[in-house]
Amino acid sequence: MLVTRLKRLLTASGGAALLLGAPGALAEYGLNLPRGVTPISQEAYDMHMLIFWVCVGIAVLVFGVMFYSIVSHRKSKGAVAAQFHESTTVEILWTIVPFLILVGMAVPATKALVSMEDTSNSDLSIKVTGYQWKWGYEYIDDDISFISSLATPHDQIYNENPKGEHYLLEVDNPLVVPVNKKVRLLVTASDVIHSWWVPQLGMKKDAIPGFINSMWIRVEKEGVYRGQCAELCGKDHGFMPIVVVAKNEADYAQWVAEQKSAASADAAAAEREWSMDELMARGEKVYATSCAACHQANGEGIPGAFPALKGSAIATGPVDKHIDVILNGRSGTAMAAFGAQLSDIDIAAVATYERNAWGNDTGDLVQPSAVKAAR
Amino acid sequence: MSTETTHDDHHGPARGLSRWVFTTNHKDIGTLYLLFSLLMFIVGGAMAMVIRAELFQPGLQFVEPQFFNSMTTMHALIMIFGAVMPGFVGLANWLVPMMIGAPDMALPRMNNWSFWILPFAFTMLLSTLFMDGGAPAGGWTMYPPLVMQTGNAFPFLIFSVHLMGISSIMGAINIVVTIVNMRAPGMTLMKMPLFVWTWLITAYLLIAVMPVLAGSVTMLLTDRYFGTSFFDAAGGGDPVMFQHIFWFFGHPEVYIMILPAFGIVSQIIPTFARKRLFGYSSMVYATSSIAFLSFIVWAHHMFTVGMPLTGELFFMYATMMIAVPTGVKVFNWVSTMWKGSMTFETPMLFAVGFVVMFTIGGFSGLMLAITPVDFQYHDTYFVVAHFHYVLVTGAVFSLMAAAYYWMPKWTGNMYDEKLGKLHFWLSTIFVNVLFFPQHFLGLAGMPRRIPDYSTQFTEFNQISSIGGFAFGLTQLLFVYIVYKTIKGGEKATDRVWEGAEGLEWTLSSPPPYHSFTTAPEVK
Ligand code: HEC
Ligand SMILES: [Cu+2]
Repeated sequence: MLVTRLKRLLTASGGAALLLGAPGALAEYGLNLPRGVTPISQEAYDMHMLIFWVCVGIAVLVFGVMFYSIVSHRKSKGAVAAQFHESTTVEILWTIVPFLILVGMAVPATKALVSMEDTSNSDLSIKVTGYQWKWGYEYIDDDISFISSLATPHDQIYNENPKGEHYLLEVDNPLVVPVNKKVRLLVTASDVIHSWWVPQLGMKKDAIPGFINSMWIRVEKEGVYRGQCAELCGKDHGFMPIVVVAKNEADYAQWVAEQKSAASADAAAAEREWSMDELMARGEKVYATSCAACHQANGEGIPGAFPALKGSAIATGPVDKHIDVILNGRSGTAMAAFGAQLSDIDIAAVATYERNAWGNDTGDLVQPSAVKAAR
Repeated sequence: MSTETTHDDHHGPARGLSRWVFTTNHKDIGTLYLLFSLLMFIVGGAMAMVIRAELFQPGLQFVEPQFFNSMTTMHALIMIFGAVMPGFVGLANWLVPMMIGAPDMALPRMNNWSFWILPFAFTMLLSTLFMDGGAPAGGWTMYPPLVMQTGNAFPFLIFSVHLMGISSIMGAINIVVTIVNMRAPGMTLMKMPLFVWTWLITAYLLIAVMPVLAGSVTMLLTDRYFGTSFFDAAGGGDPVMFQHIFWFFGHPEVYIMILPAFGIVSQIIPTFARKRLFGYSSMVYATSSIAFLSFIVWAHHMFTVGMPLTGELFFMYATMMIAVPTGVKVFNWVSTMWKGSMTFETPMLFAVGFVVMFTIGGFSGLMLAITPVDFQYHDTYFVVAHFHYVLVTGAVFSLMAAAYYWMPKWTGNMYDEKLGKLHFWLSTIFVNVLFFPQHFLGLAGMPRRIPDYSTQFTEFNQISSIGGFAFGLTQLLFVYIVYKTIKGGEKATDRVWEGAEGLEWTLSSPPPYHSFTTAPEVK
């Protein structure tokens, strides 16, 4: 175990030293930007390599001269200092030449930027909303929407179990897009600023509450692509990954149909009466994915930051106030309005759970119909 | 420092603690600044060790995510405002009067005050570590709405930033007034040593932008407590506006931390090359152009917020332009070394290390300027690597170079050359082990400011952490070297270095309590 660890470490550091020699062989360690699977990511990659080699060229030249001088012009070698200390010609030359190199780089950069920012003529629009700490996706033309949150279990994060292959880069509900279609993403947030980024897709856009940014992707290859929130968004910023699944047209159409039928089944379920056991079981799940990050699994919160729900006046007091807090949040605090993220069933379930877990034991049953009425 | 002075003035320094508390002497205040900077360097460094320890392996081992965020936030605030800036102000205090032939700073009482604000500001900031809700954890950039979720620490954060700003502004005013009014006869502007030039320009930058920072954090304060909605979209405000205002301060701030470093290196390289600085006047013009450009590039820190295309193009072009004057500086340093008669004492080693590694940071900066690729680099470890190359191997290495270069002048004792060189080589090796792999991490997709990462990033994080611990330990050697030099050592001559030029080397080592009581004549 230790030996293989050490071996991997050594190969990685050797790899770093040989970085330019054999980039392919070292792909496993991820030394460079991925070329990616969209026109944007490929353009970005080409620009990246161009400027990288320009820098390497300049570095070889400047450092070459400098190290030659360091080796040869030493006092210990009997070097006597020359007297020159300016030269207008040289100084003008080394102002103008770099300037021209920069112009040479600005031209392709401008072209790339113009095409990246052109979100017109898209085939499909998806609204992406950042929440602390998960992503919401809403297919504007298809009436599909869902929340996508981290699927890595807690015990892997706390080193109680071995880490899976996609540790921290796996979600419960990935974003699904069709390949070879121009997909426009409308990016926003509900609480703080997040940033939506999948390296293989080549673009990053901040998700800003109150504003909608747009970007586009055209995935050219079927597959699963993984990324993360890139803008610090609080405690679990490192734990809100993004997974995009690109499907061919037929598979995508089938996925859309499945989503729609699941949504209508849910709508029907919201109409009936739910039992205590059903609500508690579902509530525990909802609580774990949506609330435990702040209020903690044991309901005790974090003093000074997130209040305890165990024994709290709200969770043991009047039901309507409790539903109200969950539906509408508390503005100006980290407590978000969950009305937009969770269904009536989920809110009913989590409220029931909070009112009966950790010794709160109010015995209250909150039905989905009550939540619907409170909306 | 020496407490006995041989000159025949009416008074020397007071004795004991009151010497330091009530001092109006530029050397005493300079010493206080430098020691404070060293202390903060250690405190901020300890926080960096916590960060690197947590990142040694995937999974959460030592700290909870919220505390991790506090560490990154506090590490940055402390290193920027507590270590690097006071370090440079300390050097300015010690050196500007001696370099321009003045007896002291122009505004000595204000000088005392601008230093003594700092311990209070940082005590206040550090006290938040013990508060309900923890220390600030929204990043040193304090972006709303996230920063609004700070617990009881919030007002302490804002007011400590106010205090640091007041201190910096007073320090800057003092430096400008001193340089403008107290130069010895014959010391025309274009004869000033480059360190003085770069500080003059830096001081103007400080005066221009610290009030902007103070204004932006005050708006945060009123948003939180007095019902305004400058940055709250729900009340008609704009969270991105904060970023614009913040970076209008923040970008010049970057140059505030690097221009004095340029000055230091421009003093040291000619000394050890035994050859005049190449292109003195182009150095001055390059510094001024960098200062000017620093006001029109701020939005390159926020290319992903969704600016209009024309805005992105403007900020891309302006940012790329900065490479030109920066390049001029590097070429000038190399030309100064060319056909010199070089020796490599510790200050020169650090200066050469600065030129090489700062330039590497400059290259990654140029890469970041290219907006279409910045969309990939932004907020990843590539950026972390970039700014640590310019700030650690740039600003901090220049501070080390300066310490070795002028310590014999300040204390009258030579430092231990063997240990100094050891310190340089260990620092240089480990700082690269620490930061170079972070380029790869960023390119491979690791975001910054995360306490845990997916397993593909493990190896480079481990290498980086090992470099971090070793670099951290190496700095204790520096503390020991400084201590040893203050205590004693081989006596330094007045000139100290064979090739040293400038008024400070005409004074005794250590210099008299009041630097030049009669102004020297500058030819
Ligand atoms: C991002 C952190 C966060 C998450 C996630 C979160 N809350 Fe909260 N919650 C808070 C904060 C902060 C408060 C206190 C707000 C205040 O200061 O009034 C709060 C308050 C509450 C209260 C009122 C408690 C009281 O005694 O005043 C309830 C009930 C509540 N949350 C339920 C939930 C439920 C249910 C969920 C999951 C669906 C949830 N919260 C998820 C941060 C969070
Ligand atoms: Cu986020």
